[in-house]
Amino acid sequence: MGTRTVVPFGPQHPVLPEPIHLDLVLEDEKVVEAIPSIGFVHRGLEKLAEKKEFGEMVYVAERICGICSFIHSAAYCQAVEGLMKVEVPPRAQYLRVAWAEMSRVHSHLLWLGLFADSFGFESLFMHSWRLRERLLDVVEATTGGRVIFGSCKVGGVRRDVDAETGRRALQTLAVLEAECREITGVFEKDSTVRRRTVGVGLLSGKDAWSLGAVGPTLRASGVSSDSRSLGGSAYGALDWQPVVETAGDCHARAMVRARELYQSFSLIRQALEKMPAGPVETRVSGSPSGECIVRLEQPRGEVIHYVKGNGTRHLERYRVRTPTFANVPALVHMLAGYQLVDVPVIVLSIDPCISCTER
Amino acid sequence: MTMEEQPILPLDPVQLPAKAAEFAAEGRRLVQVCATTLPGSFEITYTFEAAGAPGLTSLRVLVPRDRSTVPSITESYFAAFTYENELQDLFGLKVEGLKLDFQGTFYHLARKAPFSEAKPPKEGK
Repeated sequence: MGTRTVVPFGPQHPVLPEPIHLDLVLEDEKVVEAIPSIGFVHRGLEKLAEKKEFGEMVYVAERICGICSFIHSAAYCQAVEGLMKVEVPPRAQYLRVAWAEMSRVHSHLLWLGLFADSFGFESLFMHSWRLRERLLDVVEATTGGRVIFGSCKVGGVRRDVDAETGRRALQTLAVLEAECREITGVFEKDSTVRRRTVGVGLLSGKDAWSLGAVGPTLRASGVSSDSRSLGGSAYGALDWQPVVETAGDCHARAMVRARELYQSFSLIRQALEKMPAGPVETRVSGSPSGECIVRLEQPRGEVIHYVKGNGTRHLERYRVRTPTFANVPALVHMLAGYQLVDVPVIVLSIDPCISCTER
Repeated sequence: MTMEEQPILPLDPVQLPAKAAEFAAEGRRLVQVCATTLPGSFEITYTFEAAGAPGLTSLRVLVPRDRSTVPSITESYFAAFTYENELQDLFGLKVEGLKLDFQGTFYHLARKAPFSEAKPPKEGK
């Protein structure tokens, strides 16, 4: 056994937009153990449920994260709707799918860029983010916001998408989809990308499941697990299958996200074309009582929103388990045995969102 | 909207490690651990998903405030170390047998155990 050295990685590091810390125990340049530490910017947003009424908490839920914002608000609303036995109109359920999938495209393009940046492929980073701007234009045209959609409410959605806006959105998305094929082809085949990602950060399907991994981190290890399969919102009425890769390495995790871009384009198209006419919200009266767990598939994986009501306007407990929090044990496991130079690539491969984790 | 099945099984805290071992042997995935601060106790919910089966099954233990200790499930579910360190840092609980114990430093907080105070609910309309 060689001399062991502990190298601190983060909380400030060029590949980390947000603070997470790892103590890397090294033998020469090889990682033998990684010890995580979080909570540098913990906000305690769950505790705000004691001060904000359950209807106001939608705004707090949406601000947990600036990337999965809409899906946080949708999960919170679904949990409260489950408690209050609220039937959301079908049109609102289709709109929720369309906006959730726009969130996924926006998040995956952002991540593909960051991932390219982690191994120094700057032009690929810039192309990914250039395409993301076009998606954000579609989000703005349909919701009025670019990051915070502000469109979900308990009982439905706050705004409708008229036929003309929907048609223009689909036209823009068709162009964007074609342009995405160019960059995802680079992620799939380019020798520079493959040399830094193939066989790096291996995680078996068995380990991924037993370590509680979720999302693309789990599906890239051959496990077909996707919360959208539960059929929530309008997913049960749309044609799609979870994207699964089997290699379990950083490249497989990138390919799951790349292929999910096209799945999301298809789901947006289906949702906007198939959504029935009708109202987009149901009037909600009363106060929530009981407890309910809702899980939705965020870009990074399964998110859990747990609510417990006591018949008042304030929830007794609001709890969010984010996908990054669930993926930390798998990250620690997959770092062991790899070189120090691979650490940024492996860390980025779970698409860590510390804003979510520090809810 | 149809909600998935969510049975909650009450459990004595001393039975928790054995039940977790049983669930681990069945191949269940640990989905979350959630604590709720009640006036005289902490309510801790451990949620699991069985592979290929619908629904979430939760184990629930009540820990009196004057005891404030709960056994760890990291022997069966190593990934629970994140949740159990959260119980220690945010709620001030002591988790016994925790395999990766940050001794209260997993979260870097300005206040100690900020989630441990039970706030009386406001009256509703």
